[in-house]
Amino acid sequence: MSLFLIVALPFLGAVFPALLIRAGRNACAWSAGVTSALAFVGLMINLPAVLRGEAVTARLDWLPWLGLNANFFLDGLGFLFAALILGIGLLIILYARFYLSREDPMGQFYTYLLLFQGAMVGIVLSDNILLLLVFWELTSLSSFLLIGYWKHLPEGRQGARMALAVTGSGGLAMIAGMLILGHIVGSYDLSVILQNKELIQASPLYLPALILILLGCFTKSAQFPFHFWLPHAMAAPTPVSAYLHSATMVKAGLFLLARMWPVLAGTPEWFYIVATTGLITMLLGAVIALFKDDLKALLAFSTVSHLGLITMLLGFGTEIAAIAAIFHIINHATFKAALFMSAGIIDHETGTRDIKRLGGLRHLMPVTFTIALIASLSMAGLPPLNGFLSKEMMLEETVHTVWGHSHLLVPGLALLAALFSAAYSFRYIAHVFLGPKRSDYPSPPHDPPVGLWLAPAFLVVLVVTIGLNAQAMVGPLVKVAASAVTGGELPYFKLKLWHGFNTALLMSTVATIGGLILLIMHGGLERVWNAMPRPEAKTIFDTVIGTLTQVSRVITDTLHNGAISRYAMIFVVFTLAIASYAYFTGTMELPTRDVQDAPLLPIVAWFCLISATAMLTFLHRNRQLALVLIGVVGLIVSLSFNFLSAPDLAMTQISVEVVSIILLLLCLNFLPKTTPVDSSLTIRLRDAVIAGVAGVGSAALIYAVMIRDFSFPTISEFHLANSYKGGGGTNVVNVILVDFRGFDTFGEIIVLGIAALVIFALTEAVLASNVRAYLLNRKPEWPQSGDAHPLMMVVVTRVMMPIALMVAAYIFFRGHNLPGGGFIAGLVAAIAFVMQYMASGFTWAAERQRIFYHGVIGSGVLIAAATGMGAWFNGLPFLTSAFGYVHLTPLKEFELATAALFDLGVFLAVLGAVMLALESLSRFAWQPGMVTEHAMDINPKRDDPPDPNTDQPASEGEA
Amino acid sequence: MNHLIIAPIVLPAMLAPFIIMVIRHHLDLQRIFSVAATLILLGIAFALMGQSLGGEIQTYELGDWPAPFGIVLVLDRLSALMVLLTSVLALPIVLYAIGSGWDKRGRHFHALFHFQIMGVIGAFLTGDAFNLFVFFEVLLIASYGLMTHAGGTRRLRAGVQYVVYNLLGSTLFLFALGTLYAVTGTLNMADLAARVAEMPPEDTALLRVGAVLLLLVFAVKAALLPLHFWLPLSYANAPLPVAALFAIMTKVGAYSILRMYTLVFGPEVAATQGLVEDWLLPAAMLTMAAGAIGILGAREIGRLVAFAAIASMGTLLIAVGLFTQAGTTAAIYYMVHSTFATALMFLVADMVMERRGPDITPHSPMPQSGLIASLFFVGAIALAGMPPLSGFIGKLLVLQASWPAPERVAIWAVVLIGSFVTIVGLARAGSLIFWKSHAVDPQTDPDTDEPTEIDTAPEPYPGLTFTAAFALLAGLIALTIFAGPASEFASATADQLFNPDRYIEAVLKGAEK
Repeated sequence: MSLFLIVALPFLGAVFPALLIRAGRNACAWSAGVTSALAFVGLMINLPAVLRGEAVTARLDWLPWLGLNANFFLDGLGFLFAALILGIGLLIILYARFYLSREDPMGQFYTYLLLFQGAMVGIVLSDNILLLLVFWELTSLSSFLLIGYWKHLPEGRQGARMALAVTGSGGLAMIAGMLILGHIVGSYDLSVILQNKELIQASPLYLPALILILLGCFTKSAQFPFHFWLPHAMAAPTPVSAYLHSATMVKAGLFLLARMWPVLAGTPEWFYIVATTGLITMLLGAVIALFKDDLKALLAFSTVSHLGLITMLLGFGTEIAAIAAIFHIINHATFKAALFMSAGIIDHETGTRDIKRLGGLRHLMPVTFTIALIASLSMAGLPPLNGFLSKEMMLEETVHTVWGHSHLLVPGLALLAALFSAAYSFRYIAHVFLGPKRSDYPSPPHDPPVGLWLAPAFLVVLVVTIGLNAQAMVGPLVKVAASAVTGGELPYFKLKLWHGFNTALLMSTVATIGGLILLIMHGGLERVWNAMPRPEAKTIFDTVIGTLTQVSRVITDTLHNGAISRYAMIFVVFTLAIASYAYFTGTMELPTRDVQDAPLLPIVAWFCLISATAMLTFLHRNRQLALVLIGVVGLIVSLSFNFLSAPDLAMTQISVEVVSIILLLLCLNFLPKTTPVDSSLTIRLRDAVIAGVAGVGSAALIYAVMIRDFSFPTISEFHLANSYKGGGGTNVVNVILVDFRGFDTFGEIIVLGIAALVIFALTEAVLASNVRAYLLNRKPEWPQSGDAHPLMMVVVTRVMMPIALMVAAYIFFRGHNLPGGGFIAGLVAAIAFVMQYMASGFTWAAERQRIFYHGVIGSGVLIAAATGMGAWFNGLPFLTSAFGYVHLTPLKEFELATAALFDLGVFLAVLGAVMLALESLSRFAWQPGMVTEHAMDINPKRDDPPDPNTDQPASEGEA
Repeated sequence: MNHLIIAPIVLPAMLAPFIIMVIRHHLDLQRIFSVAATLILLGIAFALMGQSLGGEIQTYELGDWPAPFGIVLVLDRLSALMVLLTSVLALPIVLYAIGSGWDKRGRHFHALFHFQIMGVIGAFLTGDAFNLFVFFEVLLIASYGLMTHAGGTRRLRAGVQYVVYNLLGSTLFLFALGTLYAVTGTLNMADLAARVAEMPPEDTALLRVGAVLLLLVFAVKAALLPLHFWLPLSYANAPLPVAALFAIMTKVGAYSILRMYTLVFGPEVAATQGLVEDWLLPAAMLTMAAGAIGILGAREIGRLVAFAAIASMGTLLIAVGLFTQAGTTAAIYYMVHSTFATALMFLVADMVMERRGPDITPHSPMPQSGLIASLFFVGAIALAGMPPLSGFIGKLLVLQASWPAPERVAIWAVVLIGSFVTIVGLARAGSLIFWKSHAVDPQTDPDTDEPTEIDTAPEPYPGLTFTAAFALLAGLIALTIFAGPASEFASATADQLFNPDRYIEAVLKGAEK
């Protein structure tokens, strides 16, 4: 079966349990089982090839640009691991079917399990280290889901997060390590990397790469000091623990150590880092395991210890040690999975995993007892079980290992670890099964149904048969796997039970007897242990994460405190700094233009401008006054445009000023009359300095621009030359607006239209909220004018209206050739209407309104767009204008231009936008009882004339 | 004349006024037209993408005025990609807005939505610096409306900040354009590029000021530290589907940086040496860090995703800031990923918000918790850059591209540690929201009987909301599976960007030479 399919099967199969759970738990479990079994069979088909020493490969280009390709290969090592993952996976699926209760969502469980299985198979079959990273992190993620499976348990959630944080961070370190490795070799393909031992080890980047990759391996395989996550991951359901911590997840780190062994091992750095870490972990795990009362915690720390053992063996860097490591991986997987399952059975049937509450189970649960007994004795390293064989090999290797200059350090510590290992294994039997029967089990213990004990029983059979007949059972597999690790020929070896009387056997005997003594002394030792202060990894981890979170909060909240004034300050300061840097690192030539003499008029205007601005700075808290001053500034800007021969700009500016001042006046109506002081004097001084510098900077920039010529001829020369010839108009400004850069204008009228829509939508939103009540009950702060609609003003505005509209039309039509145009005309027309609202009141005006402003805006934009699209029918681009001259008697010859149609769109959009904004803002002022009756009101629907005696506009006047 | 180039601008520009003019009182019609137009847009975008694949750079001279005197639209690989990205993003979001009923909680959602699309697409297509400003204004003003859609005190307050800050940015934009025009006498980007390259070396100060001011404007849009302050509050308080649409808005900033600083002020241009390289990269790293820290410290889910968006922009800007072809390739790939991932997470955040409020605290379980939890999980994987989704590939590309850079140790450290912090933060949030809620007894949950401020009206079409979210997810998956072709395209795009002569030639057609 193709390797792709083997890897993909668990992922594809993961869909089925999640769906089939609706058809029942059996269907769900079967779907998971069949998927795994298929993958397993597919793997086994490749066994002959692997045993022949051939590497099966499957390659697919995924991301060649990066060197990330879906390349897989299967050699002895990969086969061994894949077989463990899929084989034990099958047993776990069987076991979990009977372990999970009805309340547990089984579909999710199997889905997660299969995802995890697929990720693991992916790791061990990858022939590309980037692809391996993908699967590596996937195991972190899927194990996160598995460990947190019981979402309601805090231990589960925290354990899951801890596992993810530790293994995930290791994975990130490994990303860096793998990338460095790839850069050294120039390829991310494992098969290439494994050929380049000299290149890698000679590289100055060898050590960083090694450390980063080892970080990944050690976190995953729970090596000291990252071992703490593993016991907390025990909050998962037991099948998960059995799977993750016997055969798979934690072995991923070991797998990678073994995989990288040919190119990374053999250096002193490798030996001292890897072997030492392994040794410490082995010893530490064994010691802690002895004092754990929770069955699963005991097994967890024993797993840590055994992982340390294998790591140490790989760290030795010798071929025989590698063989021992491979052999122990198999053995550990078998007995540890069986032990976890037996612990799960005890938990399931007695209701507790606390050793202190157990004991005497051998008669009550004979089957479980048998399974647990054999598996623990194998873990203790007693003959004739498989654990004994590999432990012997390990002890033998330690004897030949020199650490520093000491010949005794490694064997001594290894012996000590073996001793503790024997002790906790014995304890697992003695304190749980032996001893007197108790009467206080949480629930009456009995052997489980066959479904639960079948899987561990099968494993235990393996434990015994491998022990008795190792060479025949697994010899060839160990050989191909180990030769894949070492990447070459192996020294001759034979897995056998009896090696004669040697140091290792002596050490084993010492360990066993010592273990028994420790068990007898356990009670006393436990008191000493409990009295010792120990760093509690979870507390430390929680504190670290808690502090990190807290610090992040403080940083984030301090940085983003929500004060716009401070954000603006940072913006201005940063801009100033960067712009000054840019300026002072550049070069500047002398000005090319002379400064002109200023006549009196501009000086006066300048003085007005400056004083208005200065007054605004000091008096801005009085908002009405501020508006007046802004009006002055706007007026002078318009005048200066006029003075500088830009009549179009001047006209636009002045009409924009009028409209915006009116809109602002409307807004002021709803705001407090003064701006409160809400920052301290220091801050205001600071802001004043910053604003001052920014102002001077802007002025300097503009000045610098004005006293020099363009470095290149400008595009405006083309506009001047082509305005009449190509655009049909003599007013270049207007031709630019509607033709040369009509697309900009098109965008800008849309901007205006949107602005009005936004104001409208906001008004709707505000009036739909509880603000409406406030607005309706609002009492004017100051006494209102006695005359809401002054007679004179009403008369004048009504007389003015047709005149103003005529002006607008005039400005519109002459725009193409003389100052004017749709934009200004729109504003002027808007002013004509706005005046009606101001003088005669919103209600009066609204009653006479026949066209909705939404439509005006929409039609404006649509007319402009349609004009632009008209050019398409001539095969010309959007907004290409056409014009011609028409002679109609008795009129003079006149020009017709599509640009005028476009300008009409501009006119309508501007008019509609201003009016919609005004109308929306006015609606805030509406209050019940606002009368429209008025001396100047000629509402046609009015039936009776107002009684002059009761007419009291003072109290009912419009706000 | 290929009018298709302008079609994605004209279509929404016609549709939106049509909506407000004719069918503003008919929500059903608005929905139909809105979705139909988005579909057509998508078709146009695919067609444009197809035209750009070959590497030919097409131009569209508006008003038939020759460049550089009129406005010109330019379709190259990058702009085609960005238009396509916008269109692909728009469809799920409009579906989500309909499905969740967000579009009827205020006025003019669909009109503003299409105006927004028009602004974004215009910004991607234009080849004229001032026209870029105009489209920035269009997209900004539409975004003001969308941001404050449906109102509410918090949202309006956040909206004011958003508007004020962006007005600062717009003002700066005008300063920058004014300065650049005063120096070069042109606004056409290709013409700018040609002239900047010939700039006399003894008179560069003003040009440099203009160039850097322009960069600051784009940096504001791209939420680069320390100009990112507008983002957290406004994105977290905007209607979250709108925030999802805004995932493309930050990309407008990144796009503009890529465009202007490869075309006009490219790494080889003598006059603007040392302006960008020295600080963009460190600032991008700080952005990534600030984003990751913000994720870990977030108390509300909207804010969490907002900071995730910042972190994502940090990663993107690191890639952009390398200013190498490999870096740009990584940036382009990551940009697509980041858009989808951020949008997806905002939609998921909205689903959570609608059902249980914004706080990252355990409440009693919400309806459809399982489905939302899986979407959150997948979205978190994407945002954190974990495998197997495209975020991981994007991150690898960025790391790989930064190998030759002298700052590589710092970049790697920031990206990887940032990822770690992101993972921890997202795991924490997800666990609190989705897992711990199972430990909360609905009877004793103090929050259930309190009147909540949130609008818990049932979604009209929940199926549509999930379809939208899964569509975005499908985008991420496609980007992962087709990472090979995608990176090839990104590489070809980067190649086009780093050979600006072709662009200049296509636009100016040798007119000036």
